Amino acid sequence: TTTLTDYFSQGKNDSEDSGLRFATCQLLWKQINSETEKIQEELNKQLFDNLIHFLRQSHSELQTKKTEWMCRMKSSEIPTAALVLGVNVTDHDMTFKSLSEVLQDNVTPYVVSLQAKECPGIKHLLQKLMGQLMDCNVDVDSSEEEECVNISQKKIRCSMASLSKWYESVTKKTDSETPSKKRTSSSRHWQSPPIVVIFKDMESFTTKVLQDFIVISSQHIREFPLVLIFGIATSPMIIHRLLPHSVSSLLCIELFQSLSCKEHLATVIDKLLLTTQFPFKLSEKVLQVLINIFLYHDFSVQNFIKGFQLSIVEHFYSQPLSVLCCQLLEAKKRVNSLSHNQCENIRSLPSFRRYVESQVSEKQIALLTEDSFLKEVTQTLLEDLHIYHENYFTVLRCLHVFTTSLPKYPLGKQIRELHCACLGKSVWETEEYESAIQLLRMLAKDELVAILQKCAEIFISSSGKQFSNTVEKLEEFLARFQNLEETSEVQDVSVSSQKELQKTTDLYHLQKTLLALKESKRSKKLTKFEMLRFEVVDFIDSLVRSYLAPAEMQTLNEVVYFNTANTLREHLNAAPRIALHTALNNPYCYLKNQTLKSDVGCISNTAPDICIVYKLHLECGRLINLVDWLEAFSTVVTAVEGTDPDAVATDQVDEIIHARFIRAVSELELLGFIKPSKQKTDHVARLTWGGC
Amino acid sequence: MSQLELKRNKALEARFVADEDVLKHISDNGGVKVRKDRAQLELNIKRFVKKLENISDDDEAQEILEEQNYVAVLGACAEASELAQTPGKNVTFESSQYPEKPASTPKSSKKYSASNKAELKSKKNEFVSTTPYRLRKRLTAPSLRSDSESDYSASCSEEEEEDKDHKETSDVILDQKTPSKTRAAPASKKTPAKKLKEEMTSNLVEEYFEAHSSSKVRTSDRTLQKLQKRKLDQQTLLVLLNKAPPAFTAELKELNQQHESLFSKWMLQLHLGFSIVLYGLGSKRDLLEKFRTSLLQDSVHLVVNGFFPSITVRSILNSITEEVLDHMGTFRSPLDQLDLIMKRFKEDSSLELYLLIHNLDSKMLRGDKSQQILAQLASLPNIHLIASIDHINAPLMWDQAKQSLYNWLWYETTTFSPYLEETSYENSLLVQQSGSLALSSLTHVLHSLTPNARGIFRLLARYHLENKDNPSYPGLSFQDFYQRCREAFLVNSELTLRAQLTEFRDHKLIRTKRGTDGVEYLLIPVDNGTLTDFLEKEDEDI
Repeated sequence: TTTLTDYFSQGKNDSEDSGLRFATCQLLWKQINSETEKIQEELNKQLFDNLIHFLRQSHSELQTKKTEWMCRMKSSEIPTAALVLGVNVTDHDMTFKSLSEVLQDNVTPYVVSLQAKECPGIKHLLQKLMGQLMDCNVDVDSSEEEECVNISQKKIRCSMASLSKWYESVTKKTDSETPSKKRTSSSRHWQSPPIVVIFKDMESFTTKVLQDFIVISSQHIREFPLVLIFGIATSPMIIHRLLPHSVSSLLCIELFQSLSCKEHLATVIDKLLLTTQFPFKLSEKVLQVLINIFLYHDFSVQNFIKGFQLSIVEHFYSQPLSVLCCQLLEAKKRVNSLSHNQCENIRSLPSFRRYVESQVSEKQIALLTEDSFLKEVTQTLLEDLHIYHENYFTVLRCLHVFTTSLPKYPLGKQIRELHCACLGKSVWETEEYESAIQLLRMLAKDELVAILQKCAEIFISSSGKQFSNTVEKLEEFLARFQNLEETSEVQDVSVSSQKELQKTTDLYHLQKTLLALKESKRSKKLTKFEMLRFEVVDFIDSLVRSYLAPAEMQTLNEVVYFNTANTLREHLNAAPRIALHTALNNPYCYLKNQTLKSDVGCISNTAPDICIVYKLHLECGRLINLVDWLEAFSTVVTAVEGTDPDAVATDQVDEIIHARFIRAVSELELLGFIKPSKQKTDHVARLTWGGC
Repeated sequence: MSQLELKRNKALEARFVADEDVLKHISDNGGVKVRKDRAQLELNIKRFVKKLENISDDDEAQEILEEQNYVAVLGACAEASELAQTPGKNVTFESSQYPEKPASTPKSSKKYSASNKAELKSKKNEFVSTTPYRLRKRLTAPSLRSDSESDYSASCSEEEEEDKDHKETSDVILDQKTPSKTRAAPASKKTPAKKLKEEMTSNLVEEYFEAHSSSKVRTSDRTLQKLQKRKLDQQTLLVLLNKAPPAFTAELKELNQQHESLFSKWMLQLHLGFSIVLYGLGSKRDLLEKFRTSLLQDSVHLVVNGFFPSITVRSILNSITEEVLDHMGTFRSPLDQLDLIMKRFKEDSSLELYLLIHNLDSKMLRGDKSQQILAQLASLPNIHLIASIDHINAPLMWDQAKQSLYNWLWYETTTFSPYLEETSYENSLLVQQSGSLALSSLTHVLHSLTPNARGIFRLLARYHLENKDNPSYPGLSFQDFYQRCREAFLVNSELTLRAQLTEFRDHKLIRTKRGTDGVEYLLIPVDNGTLTDFLEKEDEDI
């Protein structure tokens, strides 16, 4: 049997090191995937803690203050958590999955999650509820398994009464067990654990089902502790819109807000992309595509990660040298075992050729002819690349601290925007950077000091040793700012001049002093603070220039950077309508035949039948007469075949042409451009308008 | 035609056969000769009309041009199709005058070419008087739509040269009949036109709404029947198409090779948890079939021909549970079935299934529930889905949630190959499908009925054919029908007739509809040719 590695290697002719490449790819993806899960977990922790606290509270009332619970029961209010999750519906599944895991671990084994599509009616809902609860039960106590299976097989009538009976029996059983065993087995769970029902997509449930369920269960809330969790994608208002007051008054709602998808994405980018932990990198265009899909299509972090996964696969699949895309030490080892072909691959990399051209001629020859020398150089170049990244990310964060304090954010608010700006081209040549630097030169002192302190922290926390100088320099700046404060002596030029102004009474003198004042302001010597500020900004500028060079300029960047943004866009964000329209309108794009080359707007008579029919149909209104259409088609087609059009026109339309026309028309129908119409005999209706 | 093919280690194969095919097997298709006689009769007329058209072609073009200029002045260029015509003028004329035509047209043709200009003028005047009124009406009172809709059925085009003379006269008559209309128009002629001109931009969106603001569209009235084109059946069509020379074979081959080089990549990505969807012009059936034969021979896979008219999600699920999971038993709902499948696939990670769906966007599968179920299947890590879509609006089937379940990777595979299989099921516009098929189903259903029931149907069919030339024939009213049946000693009570009719209706042999007066009318939804053939055959049998 063929394995995945085979599929991986079969694709390209260039199957150098494919096995190793695939293994590296898989390993990398595994690491990244676990990292994303970790991030998600951390980000959700706060929310989950709050929820557990809420559950505990609603529960503890039952435990300790029996009376209070009873009184609440009498009012038959169901404790409910409204969980506002945001519009990124696709990410919710992950959240709910981990939520129910956390709850099952810490609070109660009885967690049920329901989706609207599974519950078209109250009957289905109860069925699902019971089914999932019985399954939970099996997990908790294996001795009960047989009994449970029996129950579910008998398909007991699903009612709240049977549910409460079931709950009673389950809690009794755990109570009757020896206390020691209970402690060990379910110590994490509380006594008489609540039943938690999660409505994953509250908006999609039919109001009838929700209302019925709430009303029925509020009748039974005395018998077992029930807690509801509503997953809400829009706004909490929806609860009141879905449920009338009589029903919503049965709920005791508390609101919880999940983390916004923007923050989530920012964290993901920070942890996955702006780090040297993972050798794989995205180029500016690719990152832009992924971010655009996120911002303009779905707000889904899940999809962003999917795109990231696809980039990894594509990179390792298409770039033979991606075998070197691993941790530095490993990569250095792998360089030694590169084949001759791979060395040739290195030599043909554009960035490497640039590098070769910049060398002296002897070295050039050595690089192009000796594999061993090439390998040595490659090792050092890889190391350089690694160091470049280390420096890059540190300086990028530092620059970000500066730019976020500016008004109107000329270089973007988010670090990802800054990253994109720096990756693509030399950022210091852009206008935005220019204006940012100018704005920086106007920063107030306390702001500047705060920023410098933050920068110093960033540099200190970074692992690179080469920043010790920078840190020193920054600290020196900070010290000088401090000194400035102590020895500050405000030169009150203006005050004195004002006094002079007051003295003068005659107009001529006044004018003269005013002019002099203006002159002095223009040529005024900078204050010490301003000098220092200039110095700081210049220093930052020099850092940017030396460390934030675009990645494309780095030698061997092709090894770790994935840069075919087009493939990514094609596969993730395809435009099927445009493809269809292009194929119909301009078949030359696909069929490279000279006869198909034609001007825009005219109908090439050699084109495939469907193209001709399509173009003819574009000229029609809402209804198309089939006879006219057929005749037009046969005119176009016969024109190419050289037969005299007049002769054909008088005669019947050729049968073969008729058949071809039929085929083309039914194909257009299949594609959804036309549909049969009953408005008039032998007419079809056009379904599209305009371009496609 | 196998609707679902399932192969496991080349041994297992399930075939689903369509009802139509069974019928085809049972009966020989013998209903091809369709109204030969009538066609012959019409031939002369047609020839003539054709010549006439050639003669007056230039004039016609000129006329259209003039018309259009006029309309352009009005500023309603896009509305050329909307040019108002006097309602109701042609219907009566056409049916009553038609038989006389061979005699009258030759004269008129000469007259026409001679006095063309003059006629044109008079005609134009006619237009002038009615058009602005119409436009204004449409502009000021869009709620009058229902009114214009009722106008529509009568609307006919001026391009019909053969009818020209008669039209003139009828127009004149009509003018006199509806003086209020024409009189109201000239007064408000200028203002609405200017208004329109200002508002009109070449904006596509506006054009769209312009074209759809009223239900009236002007197209020529020619029909295929007049063209004397018999409808081809599927078989003849195929034969004819095979005769057509294939074009661009080299280029097509190159295209296909490009796609085929992606096969192993697809496999890789399918295994990495993605689903693959193919789009682009041309049938992707052969491509997927090639993918299947070259890479999936040794693995469990299920081919779903989505374009098959009677495919359902249920049948897909059934073949998974029965053939792949060897599960015998029934399910209360597709959701239960899905649950079982998901459970089994999650438990047993060695289970692996490739799901190939041709035309995921077909009529039967595009429903929300079907897509939901398929998406959930695709989300299983050990079910690998590769599907093709063709409809331009296919991506609208999926919301965010479904898309993330599917986890699509899009691949453009434009093949330009004809949709032979896919369109063969479509009740195509020009392909005569109902012909032989409907006839055979008719005879089969009726053969299983009692003689009395057959008599009842024959009675209705006869009446239907007697009225075939009457376009306003509403159908046979139930009371009338009952009376006739009673007279023929076919039924003895209304109840028995109703029971019989229910049976017919269940087999789609008749259709009932309520008339404006609340009376129930019975219709036979089969075209007249087939019905004639059927009656002939029945008469032979008796």
